[in-house]
Amino acid sequence: MQRPRLYDHIVLLFGVFLMMGPLVVAITTSSFLPETIHREGMQLGWGGHAAETYWNVLTKKGGFSENITGILMTQNSLILGLGFAVGKIVVSMLAAYAIVYFRFPLASFFFWVIFATLLMPLEVRILPSYEVVQGLGMLNTYTGLILPLIASATGTFFFRQFFRSIPDELIEAARIDGAGPVRFFIDILVPLSKTMMAAIFIIMFVVGWNQYLWPTLMTTDETLYTLVRGIRQVMNVYVGANIPDYNEALAMAVLAMLPPALVIIIFQRMFIKGLVETEK
Amino acid sequence: MKKSVFTQPTLPYLLLAPQMIIIAIFFIWPAFEAIRSSFFIQDPFFGKSTFVGIDNYTDAVGKSDYLRTANFTFWFTLFVSFLSLGFGLLFAVSADQVLRGQASYKTILMWVYAIAPPVAGLIGIMLFDQHIGPIVDFFALLGWRMQVGVSYFDTAFAMTVVATWKQIPYNFIFFLSGLQSIPRAVREAAAIDCRRPFRRFWTIVFPLLAPTSFFLLILNITYAFFETFGVVDLMVKGEPGNNPVTLVYKVYQDGFRGLDVGGSAAQSVILMILVLALTILQFRLIERRVHYS
Repeated sequence: MQRPRLYDHIVLLFGVFLMMGPLVVAITTSSFLPETIHREGMQLGWGGHAAETYWNVLTKKGGFSENITGILMTQNSLILGLGFAVGKIVVSMLAAYAIVYFRFPLASFFFWVIFATLLMPLEVRILPSYEVVQGLGMLNTYTGLILPLIASATGTFFFRQFFRSIPDELIEAARIDGAGPVRFFIDILVPLSKTMMAAIFIIMFVVGWNQYLWPTLMTTDETLYTLVRGIRQVMNVYVGANIPDYNEALAMAVLAMLPPALVIIIFQRMFIKGLVETEK
Repeated sequence: MKKSVFTQPTLPYLLLAPQMIIIAIFFIWPAFEAIRSSFFIQDPFFGKSTFVGIDNYTDAVGKSDYLRTANFTFWFTLFVSFLSLGFGLLFAVSADQVLRGQASYKTILMWVYAIAPPVAGLIGIMLFDQHIGPIVDFFALLGWRMQVGVSYFDTAFAMTVVATWKQIPYNFIFFLSGLQSIPRAVREAAAIDCRRPFRRFWTIVFPLLAPTSFFLLILNITYAFFETFGVVDLMVKGEPGNNPVTLVYKVYQDGFRGLDVGGSAAQSVILMILVLALTILQFRLIERRVHYS
């Protein structure tokens, strides 16, 4: 194809500027002292105070109760991200297996119930969900944090699509060899689904890590704050203070975006596959 | 449905049990609760509720701030969807063309997907801050003195910019994978028939991408409605006051801050109906897409 490449490079460099610019400024500014930022605005270049700022954010006990640190928040974020991803994969794989490979009464009823969950994001039923979780005494627990997020059945649909694309010959062969449904699942279906599981795991980890609204409502106990939830706390400080700790707020933002960003960059191919396939 | 299936009496129910229990407790129950409480007025202090029929709906929809919020949500959704689709497509088409550096461009352009909306919102309020924000400085050069948080329009503008920025990588990824799935033969034929790249794009490539675009449009509308909560919350700094907010934010605000359970529930139900319509549309489009491919 004959086409001047220069135009494309200019467009892409503009894209790089647009997407990376804000992040670069956020990272560089976080290395300056708040007074400097307050006086001179956001900074490019290196302020040389990064180490102490990030150390502070990670280890200083903050919050009203004075017992939450950045490290603890990172740990909570990991629990939420991993718990959400693993829970979703396990629950939805089992359900999809039942729907695709078994013939039983009520199968289509269950399918439609699962389908219905796609119609209502957590955001629109947020208040009653909160009340239910409160009624079950699950406020400020990891269970209450993670389970309601798993209720939406995107994963089940994804695995259903995938299982349906697996050739029928496999199950026939397995049957001839005398494998029952449990053997078939463990020895054939799970190994076949490995790539898909990895892809969906990456997406779900990022989605779980980035949850905001639900953790904001759910966790009033500061020791359960995730990094993303902590962003809101940082902002409250920002509103009241004379010279806000811009640097620490930005450091927190950088910490909150780093792990999911790394996951996406390292497992880029998997990530794209997972994203494009799940949304279909 | 598979041709060969197992017929076990209890196993399928056991397999479905975890999913169904979670759905029953954390989805069906709250959903019915939302619908039920939308017909009641609840006393926030004594928990007594009175049946009021559709009063909550008429009250909610009739209020001027609801209309203002709906109006803002409409324009916000429109701009965020089309702008992020536009930029995503622009970058994807170019990334599809270049050979050198394609992998690096791809990585750089897509990883903003990993950033949580509230994190984007936090960086946003700083970039648009009146004292320290470089974007405010930039517009000041053009003679626009931005006052995000004070001026309704300026806040709306900043919110739209941040929400769009956050969504560009998503559209970029989908458009790029759509472009790369166009068969080589079609591309080569196109290159022979249409020498001018812009014409080639609009007459051949774009129509091939049309199903992807429609489908993405729905996903973008959903994003602008629901997933921008974090952006909005951070950019109004948790204190909406006179600032623009989205409908989803208002559900939260009225329910948790205003303690107007019935009104909030009624608004939830209105949003549910909207999502229902969008999902139906989405599934019809998927059927079409599968049909053509």
